[in-house]
Amino acid sequence: MHGPADFELSRRGVLIGGAASVAATAAAPSAEAQAAASAGAGTPVMASVTLKVNGKAHALELDTRTTLLDALREHLLLGGTKKGCDHGQCGACTVIVDGRRINSCLSLAVMHEGDAITTVEGLGTPEKLHPMQAAFVKHDGYQCGYCTPGQICSAVAVLDEIRAGIPSHVTGDIAGKPAMSADEIRERMSGNICRCGAYSNIVEAISEVAARRKA
Amino acid sequence: MKFTTPAGTNPIDQGKIVGKPTPRIEGPLKTTGTARYAYEHRDIVTNPAYGYVVGSAIAKGRITGIDLRDAKAAPGVLAIVTADNAGKLGKGSFNTANLLGGPDIEHYHQAVALVVAETFEQARAAAALVRVDYAREKAAYDLAASVDSAVKAGGNNAKVGDFDGAFAASPVQFDQKYTTPDHAHAMMEPHASIAAWNGDKLQLWTSNQMIAWGQGDVAKTLGIPKENVRLISPFIGGGFGGKLFVRADAILAALGAKAVGRAVKVALPRPLMFNNTTHRPATIQRIRIGTGQDGRISAIAHEEWCGDLPGGGGENSVAQTRLLYAGANRLIGQKLAVLNLPEANAMRAPGEAPGMMALEIAMDEMAEKLGLDPIEFRALNDTQVDPEKPERPFSQRRLIECMRTGADRFGWAERNARPGQVRDGRWLVGIGMAAAFRNNINMKSAARVRLGANGVVTVETDMTDIGTGTYTIVAQTAAEMMGVPLDKVVVKLGDSSFPISAGSGGQWGANSATAGVYAACVKLREAVAQKLGFNSDDAVFAGGKVRAGKRSVPLADAAKTGEIVAEDVMEYGDLGRKFQQSTFGAHFVEVGVDAATAEIRIRRMLAVCAAGRILNPVSARSQVIGAMTMGAGAALMEELAVDKRFGFFVNHDLAGYEVPVHADIPHQEVIFLDETDPTTSPMKAKGVGELGICGVGAAVANAIYNATGVRVRDYPVTLDKLLEGMPEYA
Repeated sequence: MHGPADFELSRRGVLIGGAASVAATAAAPSAEAQAAASAGAGTPVMASVTLKVNGKAHALELDTRTTLLDALREHLLLGGTKKGCDHGQCGACTVIVDGRRINSCLSLAVMHEGDAITTVEGLGTPEKLHPMQAAFVKHDGYQCGYCTPGQICSAVAVLDEIRAGIPSHVTGDIAGKPAMSADEIRERMSGNICRCGAYSNIVEAISEVAARRKA
Repeated sequence: MKFTTPAGTNPIDQGKIVGKPTPRIEGPLKTTGTARYAYEHRDIVTNPAYGYVVGSAIAKGRITGIDLRDAKAAPGVLAIVTADNAGKLGKGSFNTANLLGGPDIEHYHQAVALVVAETFEQARAAAALVRVDYAREKAAYDLAASVDSAVKAGGNNAKVGDFDGAFAASPVQFDQKYTTPDHAHAMMEPHASIAAWNGDKLQLWTSNQMIAWGQGDVAKTLGIPKENVRLISPFIGGGFGGKLFVRADAILAALGAKAVGRAVKVALPRPLMFNNTTHRPATIQRIRIGTGQDGRISAIAHEEWCGDLPGGGGENSVAQTRLLYAGANRLIGQKLAVLNLPEANAMRAPGEAPGMMALEIAMDEMAEKLGLDPIEFRALNDTQVDPEKPERPFSQRRLIECMRTGADRFGWAERNARPGQVRDGRWLVGIGMAAAFRNNINMKSAARVRLGANGVVTVETDMTDIGTGTYTIVAQTAAEMMGVPLDKVVVKLGDSSFPISAGSGGQWGANSATAGVYAACVKLREAVAQKLGFNSDDAVFAGGKVRAGKRSVPLADAAKTGEIVAEDVMEYGDLGRKFQQSTFGAHFVEVGVDAATAEIRIRRMLAVCAAGRILNPVSARSQVIGAMTMGAGAALMEELAVDKRFGFFVNHDLAGYEVPVHADIPHQEVIFLDETDPTTSPMKAKGVGELGICGVGAAVANAIYNATGVRVRDYPVTLDKLLEGMPEYA
């Protein structure tokens, strides 16, 4: 058992061991801290994981530090899922896991054993576009294209969330059914940044798909 | 081809394809994740090593020691590049600070090491084990405190008439200061490169707006011949000026690849980007306007104070004031202080973007002071000639029409000029407008076109598409010129092995690059006509055929015995000096400001633009709405917070540096006035990608004033700056 004092010492030690450029001679790190530091830089811990991506199972042997995003991009060579910030602030890496959208950069690949993962490549192809992809082309819902796969994956999942009755910040009556409105779409899409500023067009693309599916 | 006299009628005027709303031809690639960006060329580079950049922990000083022992011993590490082992490096012509620091440090997060390892995870972990000791030096980080040390700089210092005398004699005088903060490009794709050496030849897949500049600066930095460097940049995930220049990812990837004898890929981590790369510098601006009681400007002055690293330049926020409004007595000046913050450099509409944010508030304030409608005040002071050189007319100037068209569409007549009067539930509602202005620039641009036996026309140019729609307008131009449908054109961009184009910057790309394609197509038409036995002056290219008189031959027949290749460059004479070529517009914004909390929401936005021929209304409109969005960000939220003790931008990620998100932006409307400008090029087009950001910030600020009666002159306009002056809550 560690007491509070041990915890304090240990946390301080880890900070010293992990930070670049702080004078290492300032304090001798505790044994625990050294162990923690060397685990951070030591031999990679490998693990087997099978990811079901776009309907196809892939058995991978991965460094456990590998994010789902890097597993997709660097190991399965599915470059459609984009790395914009690598820490959950931009949404470019959005994929759909078991029907829910997530930031794949905030999730370790080994956490997804057996999960069904849909990336932008799994929605459609240049020859056979998914209706959401076609709507983005029609409404010019992009410019540079880098946030686009994330926007599209998010948009597909957003319509499902609204249909499933999941409320958002702008839902007036959270016990009622959220409206398929531009305000709901804007609110729910706000985790997907588009620096080119295609928002007005993106909302039109999503709204068109939403209306078509409602009919 | 040299463009020396205004364009007459030419095949582009047919307007069968050019000028028609056209979805992007690369759209299916971008929407399916199959467009390949810089870090993603794994189909070509199959076994890369990964580089991770270590940034300086101080802003100014020296590295006194680097301890690489732990990092080198970490699993998977292949090499570590530092200034100690990188060999002699030059500095790119377009860089102010060196891309690899050490022992001298010029700014915070300047790269000091690249750790190369087998995997990304290993490189990142080992980078955290690099121990650097620094000796920090005293330096300047505070613009406001450095104003007195600023010296005259830049290209915008001009005096016309007697400003001081005329201002002092003006019956109505206005004198105010405005500030704009440091801004980040914050494009979605981080700066990224893959480098591979083949002997002494370097191939770089990178994300760069200006391929030829980049090729030159990579060569110069590495000290190798330009011919040995190839840059490839087919898709660019946003740039906004931040990718005009070679950055550390490219140089360090090249050095890392050299060190390990294997391809190396490097992307700048998002939290490193804001201090490692460039930004739009903060400005302090003073504007003075003197008018008669009738509102006619007799004296106008605009001065800028700005800061940058030694050898850098200012923002040029005074530039538009030389041209936008009339007035016989004028004073334009800019001063630059040395600041040891990260490198200041171009960001979307450098100069006009922050300059119009200030000038167009000043015009709103002056109109109110005179009791004039803001549109009427601007119209009263319109000029059809360069105010500094009245013998030099604008090639086209329809600013007044932009404002009047916008006023009609937006319902300006219903606006209550008295602020703080309109209420919609909890919201105070206000409407504001501003003029939009940005110069047109023409740049020399070349292209190569190939006609294949299958009738397909292939265009090759090192021009880039940074989201601007280049692929599509280049295809439209070639299709129109050669008389083939769009799907018979293939466009290849962003490769330094292609002819040198204008590149993407300064809103010069669309007109200049398509003019280069026009020139190459003229040559191809001549070669085809000759091959098919036509007189090239009589030959009509349409419907996939070449026709003259009664004779008509399929275009593809010309290439039956072999591909026909033509290449040319469009160069410019002095039309840009004889005429002032500029683009104009008017922004209209409606905001709601929460009467209790002062929360600001944009409710409506409209831009009316006059920018020559609009080559593709779809992508041009997107350029404008995107610029309006970025302008809304500058108005309401964007601000790099300076740590004035240690000299860095504190909010160096996308959570701290706030940019507009979906919920911030309403439906946006854009109107293009129907016009062509024969003085710019045979395309008769002008730039539009930056026009859209020029003025929109002030339109937002003016709308907030109209809603609340609180005038904020220090951007961004955030609710804390409104609260104290808000009308009594009822």
